[in-house]
Amino acid sequence: MDLSFSEEQNMLQESVSRLVRDHYSFQRRQQRLEDGEDLWLRFAELGWLAVPFGEDQGGIGGGAVDVGIVMEGIGRALAVEPYLPHMLASQLLARLAPEPLRDRYLSPALSGDCRLALAFIEAGGRYCPWFCATAASESSDGYQINGAKDLVPGGQSADAYLVIARSHGDTRDRQGLSLFLVEREHPGLQVRRLRTNDAAGAVQLTFENLQLDAGARLGDADQVWPELEHTLDLGAVYQAWEAVGAMAALSEVTLDYLKTRKQFGRPLGANQALQHRMVDLFIAVEEARSSALCAALAMDTDDADERRRNVSLSKIAVDRCARLVGQEAVQLHGAMGVTDELSVGHYFKRLTAIIASFGDSEWHARRIHRLDTASLSSSSQPARSQSWN
Amino acid sequence: MELSLSPQQREFAEQVREFVGARLPRDIADKVRRDQHLDREDHMRWQRILGEQGWHAFTWPEQHGGPGWSIVQRYLFEVICAEMNCPIIQPFGPRMAGPVIYTFGTDQQKQRFLPGIRDSTVWWCQGYSEPQAGSDLASLATWAEDKGDHYLVSGQKIWTSYAHYADWMFCLVRTSKTERPQTGISFLLIDMRSPGVEVQPILMLEGTHSFNTVFLENVKVPKENLIGEQDNGWTYAKFLLEHERVDNAAIGVTKAAMRRLKEIAASEHGDDGGTLMEDPLFHRKLVEVESQLQSLEVTALRILSQVAAGEAPGPAASLLKIRGTEIAQRISELASQAVGYFALPYQPDYLHDAGSETPVGPDHAATAANNYLWRRCMSIYGGSNEIQRGIIAKRMLEM
Repeated sequence: MDLSFSEEQNMLQESVSRLVRDHYSFQRRQQRLEDGEDLWLRFAELGWLAVPFGEDQGGIGGGAVDVGIVMEGIGRALAVEPYLPHMLASQLLARLAPEPLRDRYLSPALSGDCRLALAFIEAGGRYCPWFCATAASESSDGYQINGAKDLVPGGQSADAYLVIARSHGDTRDRQGLSLFLVEREHPGLQVRRLRTNDAAGAVQLTFENLQLDAGARLGDADQVWPELEHTLDLGAVYQAWEAVGAMAALSEVTLDYLKTRKQFGRPLGANQALQHRMVDLFIAVEEARSSALCAALAMDTDDADERRRNVSLSKIAVDRCARLVGQEAVQLHGAMGVTDELSVGHYFKRLTAIIASFGDSEWHARRIHRLDTASLSSSSQPARSQSWN
Repeated sequence: MELSLSPQQREFAEQVREFVGARLPRDIADKVRRDQHLDREDHMRWQRILGEQGWHAFTWPEQHGGPGWSIVQRYLFEVICAEMNCPIIQPFGPRMAGPVIYTFGTDQQKQRFLPGIRDSTVWWCQGYSEPQAGSDLASLATWAEDKGDHYLVSGQKIWTSYAHYADWMFCLVRTSKTERPQTGISFLLIDMRSPGVEVQPILMLEGTHSFNTVFLENVKVPKENLIGEQDNGWTYAKFLLEHERVDNAAIGVTKAAMRRLKEIAASEHGDDGGTLMEDPLFHRKLVEVESQLQSLEVTALRILSQVAAGEAPGPAASLLKIRGTEIAQRISELASQAVGYFALPYQPDYLHDAGSETPVGPDHAATAANNYLWRRCMSIYGGSNEIQRGIIAKRMLEM
């Protein structure tokens, strides 16, 4: 049991902080958004795109905590680079792609030359992660794809998409899901750019008789659900660290505001009513940090139910903190908090998007409900703490 | 970075489990499991067993006769003890008086007082709060008149936990009147059998007696019972309060309470048939608090690893106190809600002794409701949660 960062993790954190400090002031972020520029190649140079991959794949052999360290910086900076979607897609690629596909896409993905995104969201399924109407019907030389992925976060700049499609069964079956790589320029693919409230951006993909050869499939046909579930858990974990970074920064600017803004001849922060609210905000950041850490460590376990429970508990806890910190930071800033001018509103919008992504608290509570009620019928639960066995 | 245990830590955990399994008296474990009230003898019996093993003063370093455990070992010990239904080790001796005596006391004081704390032959109580000095502790007024080789102490202490069980009291008294209330306070050890000490019970809303008023009237306290320097007692008191707040997070006990709540939910009937655990509305509340407990446990471990690295817990201890007590209160509230109408009966005999009365409704109902009422005190004792928020605002956020 050891909760301190390793030397490598300290170095990674230092490199992340330096980039955020030197290149990611709020003003420069806003300018970058306007100019449509980003620091993707800089991310690649710093090795961030290679963090969770084995050394044999050109990576640095990190885990969820290491990606989390980068994500925390991204949250703090309100960075616009689609790091999270790219990491989820490239990790799936590394794990599941047949050799020719992996050879072709993985090293460009790690070097920053090829951006990937994961297409898994469709209208009509809410957060049900196996809901999928997009059809992949087998044809003589491969597959034909029809349907739509209505929201692909971070998909605007992607060169290729990893697309979940149904090769078997009904729209709400867990079985029968397959995964395909589709290049942006592939005939039959329509890409519609979407703006999002948090400025992260997304696309809608429409597939019309899109032909793929069998080599474009990643993993086994019909069997991709467990891998997708694992990937979505990883997404929730990465996002939790991003939320921590955003909350920490938001808490700092709010504290600063309370100390400097004067009314009735004294700083706002001299009022006990506001002090105690600020303390609750501060506590929420620390709690979210602990939950994010716990979830990242749970990704290492081989026990899928333990992973599910910890990730879901973490998502619920982080959502609660993110809602509190986001809403309170706006309120404590008064009218300035609801303008477009300050970073506060932008952090709030990003936190709101995070709360709505990778399953809301109720989806995660239902997942835990399934675990808790499944164990009712089996023998009584073990008394020992799960994490210590 | 990992949460799982090293082979040595696992071996240690096994050793603790084995010892507790072999030596914890069955009747005591049953009382704890049912959330019943323990009396002095129950506590002392278990604490003496721990004392024989050298584990009663489990946080002490070896040089003072403790086991010299690491922070992680102590944490494991507490969590495993709670998990196996051991009574909480009463903190007043081993966690409060002991560390102050071995940190600030004379050799003679150490020889005289530490063995009784280690072996749990002596029960200590804490003479801090006064009628006019609750959250504002530094304004205490109990006066100790310097009489050369002794003090003559007069005043009134209140909320003194288990003073009616105690052999000794460590006590804050005023030895000089200064402008700043924090200076002029001294730290005295008072024999509860001294003439002039009178203990009066304060009955609590849930019907228990653990708190007291202690009247001190011209109590003669020899100078050799002064800890450290005269007028410097606030320093020692603060040292102790910070430690108390870390303890007040009581993660092990709260984890055990969470497990118990889930057992209750799995055995109680829901309104629509099935178990309460299957009721999605009740379960949603249960998961909410479980998610907060997950955060709290990791937060405590993060703070403990800072302490292990030599940093004082400081104001972070206030964070643990606030959230630890809020979460424990919420768990007890849900357990009480779980039993429905059977939160209404008051069955005091059952609360003390399962054999004495067959409770109406399920066994766990009689204690669940009482426990909820009792736990309202958690956010008030040890410096109310509002005081803790004030400490964080001032010392961490510098507001």
